[in-house]
Amino acid sequence: MAQENINLEKVVTPGQLVMKRFLRNKLAIFGVGILIAMFIFSFLGPMFSPYGEYTIFYHATDGVEFSTENLQGYDPAGTGVKIANKQFPSSLHWFGTDKDGRDIFTRLMYGGRISLTIGFVVVLFQLGLGVTLGGIAGYFGGKVDNLIMRLVDIMYCLPSLPIMLIISSLLLSYDVPQDKKIYWLTLVMGIMGWASVARLVRGQILSLREQEFMVATEATGIHPSRRIAKHLVPNVMPQLIVVATMGMGGVILTEAAYSYLGIGVPFPYASWGNMVNVVKDPIILREYIFMWLPPGIFILTTVLGFNFVGDGLRDAFDPKMKR
Amino acid sequence: MNTILKVEGLKKYYDIRGGLLQRVVGHVKAVDGISFEIKSGSTFGLVGESGCGKTTVGRTLLRLHSNNGGKVIFDGKDMFALSNKELRAIRPELQIIFQDPYSSLSPKMPVGEIIGEAVREHKLVPEKELRNYVMQIMRECGLQDHHIDRYPHEFSGGQRQRICIARAVALKPKVIICDEPVSALDVSVQAQIINLLMDLQKERGLSYVFISHDLSVVEHISDEVGVMYLGNLVEKAPKKEIFKNPMHPYTKSLFSAIPTPDPTVKMNRIVLEGDIPSPANPPAGCKFHTRCRDCMEICKTVAPEYKCHDNDHYVACHKYE
Amino acid sequence: MGDRAVQKEAKKRMREIAKSNRAIVKKFEDEKKRKHVPKLEYQTEMHNPNNILEIDNLHTYFYTDMGTVKSVNGVTLEIPQGKTVALVGESGCGKSVTSLSIMKLVRGPSGQITNGQIRYNRPTGPIDIVKTPISQMQDIRGNEISMIFQEPMTSLNPVFRIGSQIDEAIMIHRPDIKKSEVKKQTIKMLELVGIARAEGIYKSFPHELSGGMRQRVMIAMSLCCNPRLIIADEPTTALDVTIQAQVLELLRDLKTKIDASILLITHDLGVVAEMADFVVVMYAGKIVEQGTAIDVFLNPQHPYTMGLIKSKPVVNQEVDRLYSIPGQVPNPVHLPNHCFFKDRCDKCIECCSGDIPELRQIGQSHKVACHLYDEEEA
Repeated sequence: MAQENINLEKVVTPGQLVMKRFLRNKLAIFGVGILIAMFIFSFLGPMFSPYGEYTIFYHATDGVEFSTENLQGYDPAGTGVKIANKQFPSSLHWFGTDKDGRDIFTRLMYGGRISLTIGFVVVLFQLGLGVTLGGIAGYFGGKVDNLIMRLVDIMYCLPSLPIMLIISSLLLSYDVPQDKKIYWLTLVMGIMGWASVARLVRGQILSLREQEFMVATEATGIHPSRRIAKHLVPNVMPQLIVVATMGMGGVILTEAAYSYLGIGVPFPYASWGNMVNVVKDPIILREYIFMWLPPGIFILTTVLGFNFVGDGLRDAFDPKMKR
Repeated sequence: MNTILKVEGLKKYYDIRGGLLQRVVGHVKAVDGISFEIKSGSTFGLVGESGCGKTTVGRTLLRLHSNNGGKVIFDGKDMFALSNKELRAIRPELQIIFQDPYSSLSPKMPVGEIIGEAVREHKLVPEKELRNYVMQIMRECGLQDHHIDRYPHEFSGGQRQRICIARAVALKPKVIICDEPVSALDVSVQAQIINLLMDLQKERGLSYVFISHDLSVVEHISDEVGVMYLGNLVEKAPKKEIFKNPMHPYTKSLFSAIPTPDPTVKMNRIVLEGDIPSPANPPAGCKFHTRCRDCMEICKTVAPEYKCHDNDHYVACHKYE
Repeated sequence: MGDRAVQKEAKKRMREIAKSNRAIVKKFEDEKKRKHVPKLEYQTEMHNPNNILEIDNLHTYFYTDMGTVKSVNGVTLEIPQGKTVALVGESGCGKSVTSLSIMKLVRGPSGQITNGQIRYNRPTGPIDIVKTPISQMQDIRGNEISMIFQEPMTSLNPVFRIGSQIDEAIMIHRPDIKKSEVKKQTIKMLELVGIARAEGIYKSFPHELSGGMRQRVMIAMSLCCNPRLIIADEPTTALDVTIQAQVLELLRDLKTKIDASILLITHDLGVVAEMADFVVVMYAGKIVEQGTAIDVFLNPQHPYTMGLIKSKPVVNQEVDRLYSIPGQVPNPVHLPNHCFFKDRCDKCIECCSGDIPELRQIGQSHKVACHLYDEEEA
């Protein structure tokens, strides 16, 4: 084999170069590690957990612990049976139980599932809306552009927190079932967040449109739909990937904030945000750190992981951004 | 020889917006009524400094943006009277090559796709033969067959410009507008590209509009040369005539500013004073009068007429009236 | 060899390269970080006291992921006091890297000066710039050696007025000038570069000026500390012909006024012919020909130089077909081990496949690196 003749520049594709730059970034790799761990924990973890998400634990009068899933012949409504709530961590309950007697460690897994899924769905929703509207605005320009961009401005002016509060009370007054509330939450968060994506896409397309290769496609008489799909979109992709990754962290944080306020993921569903919610009780805040600290740390590390990866991707796609 | 492209009083203004409401407060007259025609199989060189509107001329000819008056008659058809569909159908016949070979190729597409894309769109060759056709064009433009699946980033500037030329030529055009095609290239590569363009012209009977600021290149490649200043043609003549006998003072100083690669020749330069005035606010009268050595009273108020002198030599200057 | 195998091999190679690069770069960076370098270490002797700068066997390499790019690969040249030396070559030939090496501005950590000497005839005694610590270099940059860049648009800070930018440069480099005198000095500099409304320009912002004006301002800025050497890196490439003529005229004029040497870096042979006393032609990191302007232009010896001169059309000289050098510049990572120009050369002879030719004297001041001129020695 002609060792010397391999011309690296010809063999290595731009994708490989991006990959290489990404892999060199230790922080980004660390972020990837965090995310993989979180996904395994949340999506595969429940399979190995002996408990369910809503399993409540009780102490019988003779001190035996039983749960709604495994009654062991006891009756939860029986006399002298106490809910095994606010238990300190033990070999049975690694992070203890919460104030309703559910296993915190298991709920962390299910909470992660919901938080991450909401993150994904919301970001996909934002991207879909943002890319379409931003793309239309950037490509066609003129009045359409003006209209969409003013819409973006309005979206920026809307205070999301009060709107969420209003929607939450609306849902309450129309008796929307608890499990449907999650869909409403994702929908509203998606609608509130597309504006920044649209702005980014529009800016990118405006600058791409001036590039000579875009003028060339017009001069060669290529149909607009093909110009958008084949020439514009692939060139906006890197930025979109970065925005999506960073956006995931943001969405998870927002979701946590809403859930903390009680307007996000409703009980009995677990989400990291509503698990931290218990901290409102001063006694829990002081005495039962194990109840609210782990979900908090999970939120922190996951968001950090997404941000590390996003930063790493941005530097890898565009080496000039670094230093 | 018949006329393939005829430009009559072409105008292109850009709006200047200002104030709180972004109202139109004025116009940049990038192209302010220019006329010329190109005979089939010949090259028209368009020279001028940056900001004189020569690039805008190129793009308006292709109707890449609207005009503000004037006509472009291509092959008997008025470009600005065509519908969008008709325009797309005629596009292949009128092609453009850009200055920057780096930004004019889509970075995420293999070369074969870049060249063949529009060929397929316009169904110029059957789908089965497309790949062979692209290879044949690539060979003609000095590229190798195995380049067809490569991506633009693997090529040098000169090779990229060859790809751009191949993309244009693959559509079997009649006219190619070359917008500073060699300005971004190294000298030795410049010569290769110029030779390629001239070979293609001979083989395929192409006509070129060759836009450049490099007079020596324009002299080499053109049959007729037009000199632009602030959106107007100030002088136009067959190549030999204009280089032998430049009439307009601007042309004269432009020609004298070219450095010659010979240290023994100390040129007698006409160094122009000052800079080009802003095209948003051009001087009254003759636009060149602020920098002209031979400025007369009449130049400051009355714009000179663009008139034919002997031997097809058009000049817009009061000196020759 | 399958595509897969190539990919695998490429990956392996890239890992090896990255590893060796890290080691090499670290060595150089450690050297740079050393504090308190004794003066003795970088003091040197000029070979000819009439020279302002002598570059001796300079090597500047870039350690990239794709392999080592030998941008400057053994360049030797000298700049006599008060003369203009032009460095000519096509993009990627290493001419800009040579000038950055002189200023010690090669972008680290990948770019490193690996070998050679740059002897600079400082008034306080000659020094070797390669060994000089960065703290010392800061005194020299802008003060004794100043640089004019190609892009006058990006070299000025857009948010400050022209005047205050020049004022600042003067205040940094000329502590002897009183604060109240600074503005006067700035206006004097602006007038020196032929700006008529110096007072008005003093108050303008960079975006209000045209390209030629900005380049004048840049020149004024680089002159404000009475530099002994001006490095002009493609000073007129971004300008129009008529403006280029103005700037060249100005540079020629200034050189006689302030008695500085100029290192002119350009690819435009026309500019070189007008400005330079000595010409150095570079190709792929090496000098292929050097001599006085008359030597090089009227009696070019290296096939590359001849090709360059022939391939540029000249006004009022008709040719049917332009001469063009076939092929392209060799890949800087995989330079061949014969003459770098061999594959494009039309005068190639047998021994060209042998060693890389050395620069040899063929006239009083004329040197060329080509095997065609070997016979005198054999």
